[in-house]
Amino acid sequence: MHRSKSMNLRLATIIFIPVLLPTSGLSRNKTMPDSVSLREVTVTAQSYKDVIPAQTLQGKELDALRSHSVADALRYFSGIQLKDYGGIGGIKTVNIRSMGTNHTGVYYNGIELGNAQNGQVDLGKYSLDNIESVSLYNGQKSEIFQSAREFGSAGSIYLSTRIPKFADGKTTNLHVGLRIGSFDLFNPSILFEYKLTNTTSLNFNAEWLTSTGKYKFRYRRVTPSGELAYDTTAVRQNGDIDAVRFEGGVHGYLPHGRWKAYLYHYNSERGIPGAIVNNVWRRGERLWDRNSFAQGMCENEFSRVYSLKFNFKYAYDYTRYVNNDDKLIHVDNTYKQKELYISAANRFTIMPNWEASVAYDYQWNGLSEYMDVVRSTHWISAATAFSAGDFFKLQASGLATVVNEEKRDRDEAPDKFKFTPGVFMSIKPFRSQNIVLRAFYKQSYRMPTFNDLYYTDMGNAYLKPETAIQYNAGVLYDLAPANGWLSFFRVGCDLYYNDVRDKIVAYPKGQQFRWTMLNLGRVHIKGIDAQMSATFSLPENISLTTKLQYSYQEAIDVTNPADNYYRHQIPYIPWHSGSAIMMASWRGWTLNYSYIYTGERYNQQENIRYNYTQPWYTSDISVMKTFTINKIRLGATLEVNNLFSQDYDVILNYPMPKRNYRLGITIDI
Amino acid sequence: MTMRTPLSAFILLLLSASMVTGCREDELVVPTEYDILPFDVNPSATPAGMYLLNEGNMGSNKASIDFVDFKNALYVRNMYAERNPTVIKELGDVGNDIQIYGNRLYAVINCSHKVEVMDAQTIERIGQVDIPNCRYIKFHRGNAYVTSYVGPVQLDPDAQLGAVYRVDTASLAITGKVTVGYQPDELEIMGDYIYVANSGGYRVPRYDYTVSVVEMFGMKQVKKIPVGINLHRIRADRHGKLWVTSRGNYGSVHSNLYVLEKKDKWSSEMIVTDTLNIPCTEMCILGDSLYFYATEWSYAEERNKISYGIIDVRTKKLVSDRLITDGTEKDIEVPYGIAVNPANGDIFLTDAKNYVSSGALHCYSREGKKKWSVRTGDIPAHIVFLNK
Repeated sequence: MHRSKSMNLRLATIIFIPVLLPTSGLSRNKTMPDSVSLREVTVTAQSYKDVIPAQTLQGKELDALRSHSVADALRYFSGIQLKDYGGIGGIKTVNIRSMGTNHTGVYYNGIELGNAQNGQVDLGKYSLDNIESVSLYNGQKSEIFQSAREFGSAGSIYLSTRIPKFADGKTTNLHVGLRIGSFDLFNPSILFEYKLTNTTSLNFNAEWLTSTGKYKFRYRRVTPSGELAYDTTAVRQNGDIDAVRFEGGVHGYLPHGRWKAYLYHYNSERGIPGAIVNNVWRRGERLWDRNSFAQGMCENEFSRVYSLKFNFKYAYDYTRYVNNDDKLIHVDNTYKQKELYISAANRFTIMPNWEASVAYDYQWNGLSEYMDVVRSTHWISAATAFSAGDFFKLQASGLATVVNEEKRDRDEAPDKFKFTPGVFMSIKPFRSQNIVLRAFYKQSYRMPTFNDLYYTDMGNAYLKPETAIQYNAGVLYDLAPANGWLSFFRVGCDLYYNDVRDKIVAYPKGQQFRWTMLNLGRVHIKGIDAQMSATFSLPENISLTTKLQYSYQEAIDVTNPADNYYRHQIPYIPWHSGSAIMMASWRGWTLNYSYIYTGERYNQQENIRYNYTQPWYTSDISVMKTFTINKIRLGATLEVNNLFSQDYDVILNYPMPKRNYRLGITIDI
Repeated sequence: MTMRTPLSAFILLLLSASMVTGCREDELVVPTEYDILPFDVNPSATPAGMYLLNEGNMGSNKASIDFVDFKNALYVRNMYAERNPTVIKELGDVGNDIQIYGNRLYAVINCSHKVEVMDAQTIERIGQVDIPNCRYIKFHRGNAYVTSYVGPVQLDPDAQLGAVYRVDTASLAITGKVTVGYQPDELEIMGDYIYVANSGGYRVPRYDYTVSVVEMFGMKQVKKIPVGINLHRIRADRHGKLWVTSRGNYGSVHSNLYVLEKKDKWSSEMIVTDTLNIPCTEMCILGDSLYFYATEWSYAEERNKISYGIIDVRTKKLVSDRLITDGTEKDIEVPYGIAVNPANGDIFLTDAKNYVSSGALHCYSREGKKKWSVRTGDIPAHIVFLNK
């Protein structure tokens, strides 16, 4: 990268000269994180910092959800739809603003979690145990100092693990937790942090999760006259899981930067419970997963003008899928995926209020055993950020992606090239009022996965990338705390329109459920995301935090007027969805109530009554108590999930658990 | 700004959210729908109607039975659940065959591993026979014979042979089972023998290529006739010939149509006498006419190549390369089922479209002119006529 530095600078200057506007003094974003002062509380009174701020869960709000997976936490963000196949071991994927799972980038400590084989990241696999914050960005992160690849997703989820923090005079932190509960859940974890020097620290985290995954579910139908047709309760089978996760690393600060290096290993065996259909209540599919990666990053501000961020990752994933059902075709497939990723991002601070960045990422993906395929991807991004006073911010970026398909043994797939621009801006029109108007336009894409291209009989080597074009406009209002009661208040609303083109869809090949993949689909999505959150400081030291979010989405298939489902809402996208969280804390007690609503939707493309799926809504409640004995902090949590025991399916024929319980204890030394 | 504004905004949002959003209601029994068809009511029509089994995509549990009522000119969509509201999770997952024997209607539900037995007039359930991975059904002298992909349990699960099960139609008990080739599909009964088309579809690329000959009374496989890879359909004509289709390998080896005949007048041994080199996906023999269509995927054109035709079973020659003569064949995306009304020669073709949305049933006159079309369930595929 050193060789190309001057060229990068020149490129950036050429591209972004037109953005030169009258300027006033504004300090640049600091690279050096204010580590020690980073406190575990919800940030109040946010200053006007981001072009488009993220939706974030952290601190106490996240603590209240701690026993869940990352996927469960994401349900509280507006614009997100979770596909949940049920239970602890069931696959959970998310979809941002109806654009499809593969348009969602999931970043673990700044580096994307990949799955070149099918593009789906199972978020049920990621525990919240050591996660410090979960953030969702529509479009992209409001920060131009990032790797090139981060400019590529239509929406991004950032998972950040805990950064070790030590109280004065302490050099170690030890956190031990145990969760037990319904489905025979047993889930111990340990987190150890050690301060090596004033600027470096070490952390280690391990977790074991085991559960039989057995839960009762119920299917009930009545005749139109109200007579009971059938009512059956059964136990979900083959949903067991046994998983361990180890994670450890070193984290340090440089005089003008920071660095991090760590290792991750996850090993699991689980049953795939499968669809419940007539006469079939148990299936025989098993899945073994081993995900390991080594990851490192280093960023430094070399001068007032130039900063560099370097990322590295090597990942090895092993998946074995076995179908043991003696009535079906026996399958025993092993997939091995390797991924090598390097990234260098350069930031140039041209003026105090104007900066530009150029980044280059390279990734190599290999899949072996079941299919032998190789792909190299290059990402080159250029971006600029400009701000005028405290009233205007602009960010523009362009990303070029080049994919070299190098599959050797079967059909040769053509190389791919894609250029995707994005423009983000926000205005704070009034000096005295904290109202921020924002808008963005962004193009993004998803590359066809290895399965799309090469899967036996089904793959189509000539697929093009699928494109998503997003337009978004919104407003955010922060109330400066005016009186003692209300310590924080924020309300925001966004309108958006997305156009998904060349959507990769499975197309029938005529005989016997045979499919191929084609760039056939087109979807238009109109939506509203609205959020409101407030923190009330009530008498008697009671603090009440409330958070509401609501989404409206109209995502219609506009592929072909001749289709039965032309202009119908696409499957599993509800028109209305929302959530509410209310959390009251008093001394060491915390009471949390959360409610999730997903409105009516259809389980297939055609919006006819045979495909209608009812709304579902669940209430979860938890009580937490923390106390300190001899400097040892103890915590206990009791949770009741699906309080009203609603019988529902998120995905047709995949029943969800009825009311279930969890008990957790934590010890911090 | 006072406390009141955010609070009221809060309440307003909650209220408006509860207004636009609906609540969960009791899940109702899947309802039947009725459409009026554009032909005259005819109380004495024979056949009285026809049943159409919609397969439903795998895992969706949406196999369904529709009925074309020739007497009352009605299309009755999705009958089973309403007629049998107490059956848990309705008809099941992936319908694969439908037949009438006596007064009973039999539906083979592949991924629910059962044969559903119903009254042929009312569709009311009589019982079910559990047969793992069952495919097709035929009847003879009070017995039903059902092919199944699952034969004996073997040490090597990748070499699992299929079977034909014998079911007593009076007691619905399984009374016999014979191991045949790999993943057997259709079967045909002629004389004392059952002929089974073995596909080997689970063993790609090592497809099976044989027709198993089973001696019916002893339930013994007596012979395997080599025919062609990945066999699917097998039908007898009225001259004692067997017509067998091969799916090919969906690539270099095309679908094909074979004719099996007795080796000589005095022998009962069947051999392949003709390879017609005509792709054939599904067929229907009426009198001396074999009506067929073929769907083959063209990689070069990225679309299905669809062909239709009529073969004279006596001469084994293609007498027409069209079934539809008015140009309406372009409305069919993926033909998936064919039947010919024995009374008036009307041709029925189904369209499975993209497999995950409603299909269509088209009716054409014997001259190939479109008479009417109707929306069906998902993947309309298998048709049987109800005589009265």
